[in-house]
Amino acid sequence: MKILLNGESRELPEGSTIATLVASLDLRPEQVAVERNRELVPRAEHATTALAEGDELEVVTLVGGG
Amino acid sequence: MKNETATEAGDEPLVLGEATLRSRLLVGTGKYADFEETARAIELSETDCVTVAVRRVNLDPSKGPSLLDVIDRERITILPNTAGCFDAQSAVRTARLSREILGTPLVKLEVLGDTKTLLPEPVATLEATRELVADGFTVLVYCSDDARLAVALQEAGATAVMPAGSPIGSGQGVLNPNAIRIIRELVDVPVIVDAGVGTASDVAFAMELGVDGVLLNTAIANAREPLRMAVAMRDACRAGRQAFLAGRIPRRLYATASSPTEGMVAGTVQPSPPRGKGAVSARSPEKSTQA
Repeated sequence: MKILLNGESRELPEGSTIATLVASLDLRPEQVAVERNRELVPRAEHATTALAEGDELEVVTLVGGG
Repeated sequence: MKNETATEAGDEPLVLGEATLRSRLLVGTGKYADFEETARAIELSETDCVTVAVRRVNLDPSKGPSLLDVIDRERITILPNTAGCFDAQSAVRTARLSREILGTPLVKLEVLGDTKTLLPEPVATLEATRELVADGFTVLVYCSDDARLAVALQEAGATAVMPAGSPIGSGQGVLNPNAIRIIRELVDVPVIVDAGVGTASDVAFAMELGVDGVLLNTAIANAREPLRMAVAMRDACRAGRQAFLAGRIPRRLYATASSPTEGMVAGTVQPSPPRGKGAVSARSPEKSTQA
């Protein structure tokens, strides 16, 4: 299935969840937060949130800033 | 080990919701050359609270370490900001994302008006404050130096108001000290001067106005020697705070001698001041000793 990840088109295997996506990106789950279609998905639900064709995901972290 | 200075010993901590800060200097983490310099500047500034921004992750698989790896959360409170947001809804979303990562309700709300001035947008800022307070956030609000807006933000539930001394990154210092003083008099919540600091004297000056803290980033990160400036800012914040607590002397138009005026040796001449057109002769404290 095709999703939009931080504005980039990505092809993901069927059955992907937010947790599998975060793991495949080599990100530490405790350092990121995820919005799916502009709704925050709490970390506790990442493993159970199945992704669907056309989903728009924002995966963010904390960076230097004022 | 921390050296116990007069600052910490003779002062109250700065309390921002669940965060209790000994240092009244809050430091941003943007614009440093690398994480090593960031970490060292934080350490040398002796700040207890640093700001961070929320951004999309780097999808490049060769990405390096994270900023979160170099901040010791046991010692340092992390204050996420909503920088880059120009509307209330984006700021609220950003705050929720940061809370999800950090697990704390602290946020520096920043809703700006445009990309050139980076001045806070007052109406959207107030709207976002209300929404975040209702959602349980501890909201520290970046705002202009408008005292009535600061009052409105306090009434909306802000935990602290953070008026700009001058535009973000401009290095102009505190342009309207009287406006900052009026804010300090009108609100009960902590007042933190945020933005505009150029050098150490700006920090001391702000603290001498009686504000509760100063937040800065560029003034350290873009100094020729950031680490030396981090030390300067630490000292300036302490100096300004101590001077405020100590209470400055009133400003006078004329001099008052620090050494005794009596007991001078024979032959010492004490000239009278020149009598200009507007001089008030009856007020002269000294007898005329014209030769």
